Parts: sequence; C-alpha cells; structure tokens
Amino acid sequence: MSRLKRLFHQFGSPPWFYRFSGKLVPWLWVAFALLAAWGLYRGLVVAPADYQQGESVRIMYIHVPSAWMSWMVYAVMAGFGICALVWRVRVAEILMISSAPVGAAFTLVTLVSGSLWGRPTWGTYWVWDARLTSELVLLFLYLGVIGLYNAFDEPRKAARAASLLAIVGLVNLPIIHYSVNWWNTLHQPASIGLDGSSIHPSMLWPLLIMAAATKFYYGACLLTRARNRLLEQDRGKRWAREALAEGGR
Amino acid sequence: MHPVRKRRLIGVIVIVVGVGIAAAITMWSLSQNMLYFITPSDVQAQELPPGRAFRLGGLVEDGSVSRADDGLQVTFTITDGAAMVPVRFDGILPDLFREGQGVITRGALGADGVFTATEVLAKHDENYMPPEVAEALREAGHPMGGTADEGDGSD
Repeated sequence: MSRLKRLFHQFGSPPWFYRFSGKLVPWLWVAFALLAAWGLYRGLVVAPADYQQGESVRIMYIHVPSAWMSWMVYAVMAGFGICALVWRVRVAEILMISSAPVGAAFTLVTLVSGSLWGRPTWGTYWVWDARLTSELVLLFLYLGVIGLYNAFDEPRKAARAASLLAIVGLVNLPIIHYSVNWWNTLHQPASIGLDGSSIHPSMLWPLLIMAAATKFYYGACLLTRARNRLLEQDRGKRWAREALAEGGR
Repeated sequence: MHPVRKRRLIGVIVIVVGVGIAAAITMWSLSQNMLYFITPSDVQAQELPPGRAFRLGGLVEDGSVSRADDGLQVTFTITDGAAMVPVRFDGILPDLFREGQGVITRGALGADGVFTATEVLAKHDENYMPPEVAEALREAGHPMGGTADEGDGSD
C-alpha cells in the first residue's frame, strides 16, 4: 500500500482524525488571530485611502477575502461531497456538512459588506446584475445543503443527499467568477489575475494577508465543527468515551 | 479501483458534466437578457422605440456635463468610443459621478433622441491606488477615469 493511500485511509478513521485534528486546531486559531490582527492593522490603519473611493475602500479588506473564501469553501465542500458519495468515507461526509455553515457565513459577509460599499460608490445597496445575483444564488445553495441535510433523520443518508446537491451546485462557481467578463455588470471585473494586479502594492499586501487569515479561520472552524459532530455521532463508541474522559482532546 | 466505486465516480462525473452542459445552454440562450445594461452602440444598432425602458451604460463624455441654473437637472453625454447618447437626469448623482467615469443609467429614449434617466449609478473600475499615485500617473500623461480633484466642470 502506498503512503498516500495509507494517509487517505488514516484520515477516514474517526479516532485518528479526531486526535490529529485536535493537535492542529489550536495552531490554526493562533495563525488566524495573528494574521487577522496584522492584516486588519495594515488595512484599516496603515493603508492609504483610495483616489476615488476614499476611506470606503477599506471595506475591500473584508469583502474580497470573504468572497474568495465563499467560492473556495464551496469547491472544497463539493470535493468532500464527491469523496462521500464515491468512497462513502464518513469523515468526508462530516467535513462536507461542517463546511456549509462556514461557507454560508462568508457568503453573507460578502453580500453585506459589498452592499455597504455599493451605497457610497455606486449609489445603490443592491442591483440584480449577474455577479450579485449569482453570489446570492451561492448563499441559497449553502442554505439548501444545510436544509437538505437536516431534513433526514439518518446522518449518512442525509450526507449523501446533501453531497449530491453540493456537487450539482458546483456549476455556479464558474458562473460567479466569469459573470463580470461574460456580461455587462455593475460589478467591476477582477483586479487580481494571473497576469498581475491593478491594485497598488500598499493596498494589495493587507488584502493578501487577510486572504491568508481567512483560510486559517476556515481550517480552524471546519475542524472544530467536524470534531464536535464526530464526537456526537460516535458518543456510544469506546474511542469517543475515552476521548471525552481525557477532556475532549 | 473497486467496480462499485468506479460506477459511482462515473455517476458523479456524468452529473457534473450534464448539469454543466444544461447550464451552458441556458446561459447561451439567455445571454441577451443577462446583460445589465446596453451600450450607445447597441442603442444605435437596435433602433429602440421611444418610451421603452432600458439601462444604458458607458463613459460620461469629457466636457459634456452641464447643470441647470435652478434645480437638480443635469445633462450629459454617454459614450462608448463609437457612438454617443445624450442623457437628461433630474436627481442626486452618486459621489463618483465625474466626466470620464463609467456610469449606468436607467430610463427611456424620448422622441427627441434624448435619454431621460430616472436613476444614475456610478460604475467603479478595477483600479485601486492612493491619491498621490493617481496624481503622479495623471501628470505622466496616463489616460485614466476621472480623478479626485477634477470637478464636473460646473461647481
């Protein structure tokens, strides 16, 4: 058995996953806290105001990393969904459903912060253009995955149904991403691409630090949620009772 | 790979590809309706009937903004480089409204060929920079959308 395959099987074992992730979680929270503090300081205090938007440009340091995360979390969730459907790995099912509320929260932050930025910049809180509408559809997809999961009594059946919805919803991701290029929208096209960025370095750095911080937030949140769900599902099993006796570590 | 898992994996791939094709066909057929606004060139090409509401987007032509002496009425020209449409608007403009700036207006063409807007939104571009950098770029002669110190010519 190759090392990769063994690692895959190890991750599929609930007690191993529980112990391994328990060691990781505190470091993820620390990395998030440090990066977020640094990124927010650079973004809200050090970075200059924009030549056109003025101080409201600072909403970008929340809005853009949240938007990136809302797409990334969805892709990761659907990836776990594929593992859950094809290989029936229970840990993958749990990681899939534990991603959904985090992704939904990022999507909501994206929509609300974008709306608050739109009012002074565009002159409106909301328009039904392709970018804004497809991002709203993403929020409904997350809520649909959570709702569908909770509609079943049996968690394994629930995870398979929710995974299928998550996979079907994958089609929305390229639509959101390319909406600003395919159609005329009020939302501006991407500032950062493979061929560089049209954001001044003094503003780009805080943005990238915040982007890194949100990744650690997702990691920490996902593993914390998954561990709790795993413990709850396996509360009758010996490994879970032992873990609880050790204080949940 | 185990045959059962292989079958499931093929099933998942078929779903993703199938949904993707269905979505692509839908987007293709709806592509005209998904446009949030049309450009002055579209207006010229389509010969839209007067009174029909639509959204018109483009750049505010340099030197075209003029305000009424009394009241809020303002007139300007929207251009996309190839064609232009005169616009009349009676209301409060967004802060980012400037000559050379992208805007999206909602309204209808009058019989006189003037577009009467009921709403004007400023479109922001993808450039972010501090004011000093924008100033330096402008002095170096780089063409840019309106700059912070450039008024609309009348106030």
